[in-house]
Amino acid sequence: METIIIILAGVLVSVATYLVLSKNLIRVILGTSIFSHAAHLLIMTMGGLKEGSSPLLGEEAATYTDALPQALILTAIVISFGVTSFFLVIAYRAYQETNTDNLDILRGIKDE
Amino acid sequence: MNNLVILPVLIPFFTGALLILFSKKQRIQKIISSISSFVILAVAIYLAVYVYQNGITVLEVGDWPAPFGIVLVADMFANIMVILSAIVGVVCLFFTFQTISPKREKYYFYPFYFFLLTGVNGAFLTGDLFNLFVFFEVMLIASYVLIVHGGTKYQLRESFKYVIINVFSSMLFLVAVAYIYSITGTLNMAHLSERVAELEQAGALNVVAVLFFIVFAIKGALFPLYFWLPRSYYGPPAAIAALFGGLLTKVGVYAIIRTFTLIFYHDAGFTHKGIITAIAGFTMLLGVLGAVSQFNFKRILSYHIISQVGYMVMGLGVYTTLAVAGAIYYIVHHIIVKSALFLFAGATEKITGTNDLKQMGGLLKTHPYLAWMFFITALSLAGIPPLSGFFSKFPIILSSFQEEQYVIGGVALLVGLLTLLSMMKIFSYVFWGKQKHTEEQAKYPAGKLLLPIVPLVALTIILGLAAEPIFSYSLMAAEQIMDPTHYIDSVLKE
Repeated sequence: METIIIILAGVLVSVATYLVLSKNLIRVILGTSIFSHAAHLLIMTMGGLKEGSSPLLGEEAATYTDALPQALILTAIVISFGVTSFFLVIAYRAYQETNTDNLDILRGIKDE
Repeated sequence: MNNLVILPVLIPFFTGALLILFSKKQRIQKIISSISSFVILAVAIYLAVYVYQNGITVLEVGDWPAPFGIVLVADMFANIMVILSAIVGVVCLFFTFQTISPKREKYYFYPFYFFLLTGVNGAFLTGDLFNLFVFFEVMLIASYVLIVHGGTKYQLRESFKYVIINVFSSMLFLVAVAYIYSITGTLNMAHLSERVAELEQAGALNVVAVLFFIVFAIKGALFPLYFWLPRSYYGPPAAIAALFGGLLTKVGVYAIIRTFTLIFYHDAGFTHKGIITAIAGFTMLLGVLGAVSQFNFKRILSYHIISQVGYMVMGLGVYTTLAVAGAIYYIVHHIIVKSALFLFAGATEKITGTNDLKQMGGLLKTHPYLAWMFFITALSLAGIPPLSGFFSKFPIILSSFQEEQYVIGGVALLVGLLTLLSMMKIFSYVFWGKQKHTEEQAKYPAGKLLLPIVPLVALTIILGLAAEPIFSYSLMAAEQIMDPTHYIDSVLKE
């Protein structure tokens, strides 16, 4: 199961990389958001997927699932949600001011 | 166990929250924020004295014992950084009062200013890798807001790029955290240090170490990942540029020094003397060449940030106690001098209305105090004795020669020369020559603008003339971080 999830994370990273490298503001933002999903999946898998019962007192199971990765991704998801929404607002304002969503035009320098 | 450690994080946080309530009342905002910034400074100094007397101070949040709960750790290195962020916080705040437009003031400028300080202080004091990520995010989100604050066309365009780079590096940070958690099963830095020592940092751990280095190199603007810095620091008002230039990249450098002295120090031949030293050399050289080629006051300073970050990382790369002490001293010197220089850029922009060197001239005659204070700071940046720049470069270059790393030492000397060249370029274009600003601009009273910068200029002189006590303090801090057992023992209490 872990292998499948890790391959899935890899696929998500490649999709995200493709989107981030495109020239459209919205695609870039979607790319970062997909990249964050890949990172979250990776954290969850790295802690080991469900191995035993939930880590509560009184369960008396032989093995318990590691609860820390879940706590970590919960924090990370909240952060990336906030950042993505702020990012969308910046993109919208940039679009309003410059009337373009093409990053080639937004580059702002002629040479280089 | 001491609640004092969390105060430098909590005070700016609650100040920021309080200031949101008074966002339309400028006077109250100014009073609250100035009181609070001085309180932070006082607490930071008190904490430093406490740590100096009692050794590394640890707070286990919620009384959960160390490897399981969240810890905040104040050692001498972290403490120096907290004091510096408090000093820059006070100075930039008072400069903001003089320069910011009322329109910006009303749109939550001050709350985000304090949230930024929250994140910066948190990143310095945390003893947990994931919490480092969280505080980085707190700092970055506040910096996204501040860098776009005001919403000019230039700012919107450039801050979009700034946000992309930083979101990307944060995700890489998460990936690195995931890897190290799967290898070692812990995220507490002291515990990590122990576990990595047991595994002798081979194979996969070296990959993770380099991944962490890349993450922090993006935040700290190291070669070849510095391209975002000059253009995004150009946009925001001078006070914010000074705060960013002084503090933000140094958080990245702090994280590099922390992780590569505490956790990944076993394979120093590969990581420190190989990768870090080479990158430091390129960073210094290309940064200063960028500065030499520019003719814009703020951009020159931004490129200098890059080249100076190279020196600090070089101190780590040489990896002797003397060199690391030099790197710490360099951070102290750099934060003070760089903030001061950005504020000078802001002051000249306020007077002449431009940042272009070719459109300025003759300020020496009309604003002599500004000119001479700038001159002192510029010489200090270039490393002319007896100012603080000399005493920070000297130990780093000295120990690089002692370690027989002649190439990097030579590069550092050359970069010092080029720094002097580009600072003198600013001085001769802006302050010498024919007066290019109008008579009206010549009468602009610069006193109020200069007042907040005076303490910084005084500090660089004091750091130079009284280098002995401060350098021995950073030597002690370096000894503390070069021997991770101090840190591990105080966190895990073994």
